[in-house]
Amino acid sequence: MRGALHAEWTKMRTVTGPLWLLLGAVTSTVALSTVAASVVHCTAEGCGGDTTRLALTGVYLGQALVVILAVPCISGEYGTGMIRTTLTAVPRRATAFAAKALTLTGVLAVAATLAVLGSLLAARLTLPGLADPALSLSNGPTLRAACGTILYLILIGLLSLGIATAVRDSATGIGVTLGLLYVVPLVAQTVGAPDWQHLLQKIAPMSAGLAVQATTGLSALPIGPWAGLAVTAGWAAAALVLGGLLLHIRDV
Amino acid sequence: MTIARRLSRSGRRAGGNSFARVLHAEWTKFRTVRRWVSGMAAAALTLVLFALLAGASSNQQGSPPVPTGPDGGPVTDSFYFVHRPLAGDGSVTVSVSALDSSIPKGPGDLRPGIVPWAKAGLVIKASTRQGSPYAAIMATASHGVRMQDSYVNDTAGPPGPVSPTSPRRLRLDRSGETITGHASTDGTTWTEVGSVRVSGLGSTAQVGLFVASPPAVGGGGTSVSVSTATFTDLRTHGGWAADDWAADPSGDTWTGTQVGAESPTFAGYPDNGSGSVTRSDARFTLTGAGDIAPAVRDSLPTGGHLRDILTGTFAALIAVIVVGTLFVTEEYRTRMIHVTLAASPRRSRVLVAKAMVLWSVTFAAGLVGAVLAAPLGERLARGNGVYLFPVSFASELRVTVGTAALLATASVLALCVGSVLRRSAGAVTTVVVAMVLPYVLIAVPFMPASVSTAVATVTPGAAFAVQQTLVPYAQVASNYTPYYGYYPLGPWSGLAVLAGYAVASLTVAVVLLNRRDA
Repeated sequence: MRGALHAEWTKMRTVTGPLWLLLGAVTSTVALSTVAASVVHCTAEGCGGDTTRLALTGVYLGQALVVILAVPCISGEYGTGMIRTTLTAVPRRATAFAAKALTLTGVLAVAATLAVLGSLLAARLTLPGLADPALSLSNGPTLRAACGTILYLILIGLLSLGIATAVRDSATGIGVTLGLLYVVPLVAQTVGAPDWQHLLQKIAPMSAGLAVQATTGLSALPIGPWAGLAVTAGWAAAALVLGGLLLHIRDV
Repeated sequence: MTIARRLSRSGRRAGGNSFARVLHAEWTKFRTVRRWVSGMAAAALTLVLFALLAGASSNQQGSPPVPTGPDGGPVTDSFYFVHRPLAGDGSVTVSVSALDSSIPKGPGDLRPGIVPWAKAGLVIKASTRQGSPYAAIMATASHGVRMQDSYVNDTAGPPGPVSPTSPRRLRLDRSGETITGHASTDGTTWTEVGSVRVSGLGSTAQVGLFVASPPAVGGGGTSVSVSTATFTDLRTHGGWAADDWAADPSGDTWTGTQVGAESPTFAGYPDNGSGSVTRSDARFTLTGAGDIAPAVRDSLPTGGHLRDILTGTFAALIAVIVVGTLFVTEEYRTRMIHVTLAASPRRSRVLVAKAMVLWSVTFAAGLVGAVLAAPLGERLARGNGVYLFPVSFASELRVTVGTAALLATASVLALCVGSVLRRSAGAVTTVVVAMVLPYVLIAVPFMPASVSTAVATVTPGAAFAVQQTLVPYAQVASNYTPYYGYYPLGPWSGLAVLAGYAVASLTVAVVLLNRRDA
């Protein structure tokens, strides 16, 4: 396992793509959050909504870069044929797959922490009057939103990895993942019946998982913060199990 | 002879028809890759499946019917009406001396507020049935005197608000089907505001005073409001028994009615209040809520429209973006591009041929999907008792063809971005983020209207304007944002924005393909 981890880390480290994508994920998250914080009309009473959630809006964009980072981790190897070398070097496929997932988790944890802290800091600077307590990490709900968002971004990475392993192609993997993230909430908006709408919002990986960012009006949410993140975790786990299983039983 | 013919045929192939050959080669490539063909089929299928989901998931069975106006469009027709039946022709005059509105700040906390389209005035209406023909002249809170009829028509009169020191006198004259409205500040000099023909009033119409108070718009939503108006000097003249109602306050022939209390287009009163009329001597004080106006998305939230039925466009979009990207990036991945460019050394032709093949295939798939999806979804939704905003045949055709064109143009954009980046991952993400993410972001509750309008104007996602079927009205205050189905650009201009991006990226792709080594 150590060897496999070291190999995956070397692959990640020595290709320039992932580094740029990680930087891109951090920058785009902070940038969109800053834009969102600066366009919203705020008064001394607040911004007509959840300030913490507003400050973390950038995740909507940042997650797309996480997806392009995570999917080619494995589908890129299928594209170039590198996967044969990988599996020759580490014949226990579960070990090779776990090493990929762990390496991805590690780098995403660092990038997501930077992105979330950067977004909160940017919002504090953009909205000076509202900095306390909504944007302070000593505030319980805000700390939960920040930690939850970091976990959310990691889970999106793992979900992408699982889907990419199952479909073995970058474009399809990204299409499926982004479709799952963005399209299900859009469909939920247009569905007429409120109970169907709530059901879709409860089971969609993005709208359920981002419930963890809410700090006000928790009772109005279709799903609780941690329960929502658990739904996203369920999606990620299911994708990883499916991908791992297919990797195990299929020829490369 | 045979040899000569062969020579001439091959000569022709190498010359004038070579573009047709490139086109044919690209079509063969597309047709023979099963994943791409099934990707296109999946796009068409998602359009249909999501339409079925949209139609089947909503259930409005048993809800009260949506009132419709004389032209068949949905209307809001809920207001407080103090009326009496009057036969034949005649005139009615009144003076409006106050119009004040209240908006709830919190539960049980009603505060004075401004409702720009709060209305108080005179109306001649066929009956108290919702949707019946009418003509009215009114004082409004912020838009001066207006003459309105048939729900959609609105004519401006003298501007300025009313107050006890500056009351506004209003007059309506009926002569057959023609109703003329006048306004005055002193009761002697009358200004004609408008003269309209209203058919279907019948020989005896309901004539009287009304107060309406549409929901106040703000913060991305609406809240109910209530308005109170004071009327004095109510008189009828001409053919309508020349009566001075001020002089005979005991004559209790005026009836107070809440029109359209149970209506899907009526937001109701704050704190479950109700409309009322009180009368002291010559003074009528009316309290009312609601509106007499065409229904918009805000006032008819349960109503569906064609865009909702075609919500699968977003899913189909992702499928065609993936296929469009792969159509060129697979050539780079498999090194097929070397063979392609060796066979057709004029590189720009290859890309143009690819774009033409891809556009046509996607357009065909999208058209099949949309043509099936729209009527199926509409039928299912209507079967479930859902009211759908009416759409003319021409508009439905435009939405169907426009949706296919949107998908086709987006796939060409993906092809060109894929050709520039040569990597499928970056290309798919770029185009999906540019087209789909804006619609995720504008649904964020605190996003101001200005941002969603800007986003729906400058991003390639502006093309979704081609699916709009709702019409905004200047005389109805509402959230006219893309989230609710109102787009800042016209249908074809929105599509043109996407086409602009596609053409620009095609140009860049051609230049780079010519300059770079393959």
